[in-house]
Amino acid sequence: MQLTVNGATYDVDVEAEMPLLWVLRDELGITGPKYGCGLGQCGACTVHVNGVAVISCVLPVGSIVGEVTTIEGLGQPDALHAVQSAWVEHQVSQCGYCQSGQIMTAASLLDQNPDPSDEEIDRAMTANLCRCGTYPRIRAAIKTAAAALRDE
Amino acid sequence: MSEASDQKKKGRGRKIARRTFLIGSAVIVGGVAFGTYAVRRPIPNPLLQGLRKDEAAITPFVKIDAEGVTLITPRADKGQGSYSVQAHLLAEELDVDPHSVRLGPGAPDRAYYNGTVMQEGAPVAAWNDSWLAERVRGFMQVPARLMGIQMTGGSSTVPDMFDTLRTAGAVARETLKLAAALEEGVDVAELSTENGAVLLPDGRRLAYTTLASRAATIEPVTDVALRSPGEWRYIGKDVRRTDILAKSTGTEMYGIDLALDGMLYATVRANPGLGSALRRFDDSEARRMRGVMKVVEISNGVAIVADNTWRAFRAAEALDIEWEPGPYPASSAEMWEALSTALTKDNRDSRFRNDGDVDAALEDGEIISAEYRTPYLAHAPLEPMNAVVQVGDARVDIWTGTQIPNFIQDHVADMTRIDRDDVHIHVQPMGGSFGRRLEDTYVLQAVEIAMAVPDTPIKMTWSRDEDMTHDYPRPMQLGRARGTVKDGRVEAYDLDTAAQSIAASWFGRLMMPLPGPDVMIIAGAFDQPFAIPNYRVTGYRAPEMVPVSSWRSVGASSNGFIHDCFLDELIHAAGADPLEERIRLCHHEPSRKVLEAVGEMSGWDGPSLGENRGRGVAYTFSFGVPCAEIVEVTNTERGIRIDKVYVAADVGRIVDPVNFEAQVSGGVIWGLGHAMNCELTYENHAPVQTNFHRYRAMRFYQAPEIVVRGLENGDRIRGIGEPPVPPAAPALGNAIFAATGQRIRELPFDKHIKFA
Ligand code: FES
Ligand code: FES
Repeated sequence: MQLTVNGATYDVDVEAEMPLLWVLRDELGITGPKYGCGLGQCGACTVHVNGVAVISCVLPVGSIVGEVTTIEGLGQPDALHAVQSAWVEHQVSQCGYCQSGQIMTAASLLDQNPDPSDEEIDRAMTANLCRCGTYPRIRAAIKTAAAALRDE
Repeated sequence: MSEASDQKKKGRGRKIARRTFLIGSAVIVGGVAFGTYAVRRPIPNPLLQGLRKDEAAITPFVKIDAEGVTLITPRADKGQGSYSVQAHLLAEELDVDPHSVRLGPGAPDRAYYNGTVMQEGAPVAAWNDSWLAERVRGFMQVPARLMGIQMTGGSSTVPDMFDTLRTAGAVARETLKLAAALEEGVDVAELSTENGAVLLPDGRRLAYTTLASRAATIEPVTDVALRSPGEWRYIGKDVRRTDILAKSTGTEMYGIDLALDGMLYATVRANPGLGSALRRFDDSEARRMRGVMKVVEISNGVAIVADNTWRAFRAAEALDIEWEPGPYPASSAEMWEALSTALTKDNRDSRFRNDGDVDAALEDGEIISAEYRTPYLAHAPLEPMNAVVQVGDARVDIWTGTQIPNFIQDHVADMTRIDRDDVHIHVQPMGGSFGRRLEDTYVLQAVEIAMAVPDTPIKMTWSRDEDMTHDYPRPMQLGRARGTVKDGRVEAYDLDTAAQSIAASWFGRLMMPLPGPDVMIIAGAFDQPFAIPNYRVTGYRAPEMVPVSSWRSVGASSNGFIHDCFLDELIHAAGADPLEERIRLCHHEPSRKVLEAVGEMSGWDGPSLGENRGRGVAYTFSFGVPCAEIVEVTNTERGIRIDKVYVAADVGRIVDPVNFEAQVSGGVIWGLGHAMNCELTYENHAPVQTNFHRYRAMRFYQAPEIVVRGLENGDRIRGIGEPPVPPAAPALGNAIFAATGQRIRELPFDKHIKFA
């Protein structure tokens, strides 16, 4: 089957029920999305399908219609997305393992809602677990990113 | 005062001998005399072996070659930013930009010994700076150095490395200057350094890289003066973590992300009754599944080798397995039974605090008593345990996130019969640890698999289910406390606290069990600097059950809750103010100051905040750091909501303020989240909680605002990774009491009250 990830199209020979996460990580070598729980409970595997945040560890690859974007496609170290810039500015990461997912969820939120309230941020970000407890900085970074995106 | 200072009078010889035995028997196999000699001998520089001619190894922490400068940061980074801190400490003296040099953890070697981590094992409170305490602490450095422990833990990275790395940087700098002086025929006094180069009087710059080979031929300049705080550019300043860009772009490579040519993917299912054997298994279905290449029987379990991790997971689920029952009680109910019957004289492990006359005081007053319980807890770092291993004829390579590379070398050398020096550990960035990676079962499993598929890199990844059910958890703890109050003051406090010994369990797996009392059973209780007139803490050793290990803040994670909440009960019974009475009782100046600080930050004027609102204060001294927290809660219709937290902690000196704030907030969230809703309960010898839906901890919407203040009154520099954890649970418990009148004496709190 064919899969478009970060603008490139790949031919993959896998079971239709293989979760997108494992196609990305083990078949395509795209390791920004992380495995944390495999059960839709932590959000470490969050990517975008057609610009919307989805949990890739429980999403069968055969069900995907459209384009997949991972953290690598959102921005690069020398060309950061506004959300990533805010993450750098606020030095959000501790171990950093959850942050690909956090950033992808936040980017999708701001894409749909450029000026989210605290409650709206709460609702969107609750799917993403951070064992290191970086939540206060995530909230601050989302507000910085929202302001930057509105100014663009 | 603690027993240590009581016994000061009884003669130093006996005391020291007992301490040595206590901490040293695992490591002083050949005796102390040999140890002292070996320790006084300089440890060979690991970077001098295998260096090319044009490379100069100036100290074990800095490496310079024609391609650039490499700073060696041997303490593992589990996410707490320690690589970055170590790099900045080196750079402060060496004059390089920490963002433009190479950083590497270095191969494990005896020269990277950690003397500080062992100090916490000493039965002397870290605030007790009598000569004896100092002697004991100094003495603990000997065995750690002898063992060559390159261990990360006990909030020890910054204290251990603060002087070492700055000195290394300064030695490197001065040696490079001398090399430049010799090269150019100028006086070394006329030279200065800047951003990776020596500046000559005529304005020319000689890059360190061009001076490397010359520097290698001269004796290093070791008589160096460290820069004064006024000259610092990085220490105490807001600096950017060296890994922050990678960790904001998905480009940080964790162990789990590694890909090597020809690599295969594996997973395991081992007996969740930890330590028990596999009875039988049927792999006929698993073998037929797509991508499965091999099924390997390993110690206590079965491994699947496949061409994709998910296929390995699926095949592992398809295995039909029967386990031997676990070697400990089957259920939580039986485990609690074992713990509650452990508080007997026979099981007494220590009584390092016994002030005044507790028995007489209890007879005099009306006794207030309570029982406290804390559960087993999993570490559950977000990156599940994994390792990439390749086993060849005469060489093993291991890529993994670990805090104990030296022990892995020993264990793998034993398993494979390959020479220890040919076991190469490549330490990888870690997606959290919280003490989890002070164990190496997951690595040894990967080695077993790789031995069955030689010359092929094998990436073994645990499923989350395997990770949750095969953790060596924080032990459960049971405290029975009694006390009296008199004239509005706390008069007597008697705590009996029981837990399994972490030292026995953990050291048993690493090398051999440590004899003698286990300070972790009483840590966070016996060592609190309170001048309660009659004050006693007795530790009891529960039978070994589920094998246990160090969990962020170790013994203080349970005792901090038990000790402070019961103190709060006594203070309420006395009719005193919770904050004022703690300050009055406290005889340690930096501790009083952190209590005063949170009082001032929160505008404290008592525990009540109006209807359905309340706040609690708690204080714990752990890892040498006094930490006080005030938690404010509202009892809403949907349950308890944590509104705001104030924290003050004293680490002597704050090396990295941005990271300090992150560690404190993270520690508070860790402590609160687990106190709210986390426990491991057991059925059929295995944890019931197999994934994050049943082990939720704190979620984004529940995270309170956290206001942090760092104080610098302490006499020496301390680490901050763990100390914010112990006061979090009791501050929350005390706040719930203030808001609702309900005193909850068992964790997690959600067994008794709902959270919004
Ligand atoms: S790995 Fe997908 S939600 Fe946890
Ligand atoms: S930064 Fe470690 S899990 Fe979020």
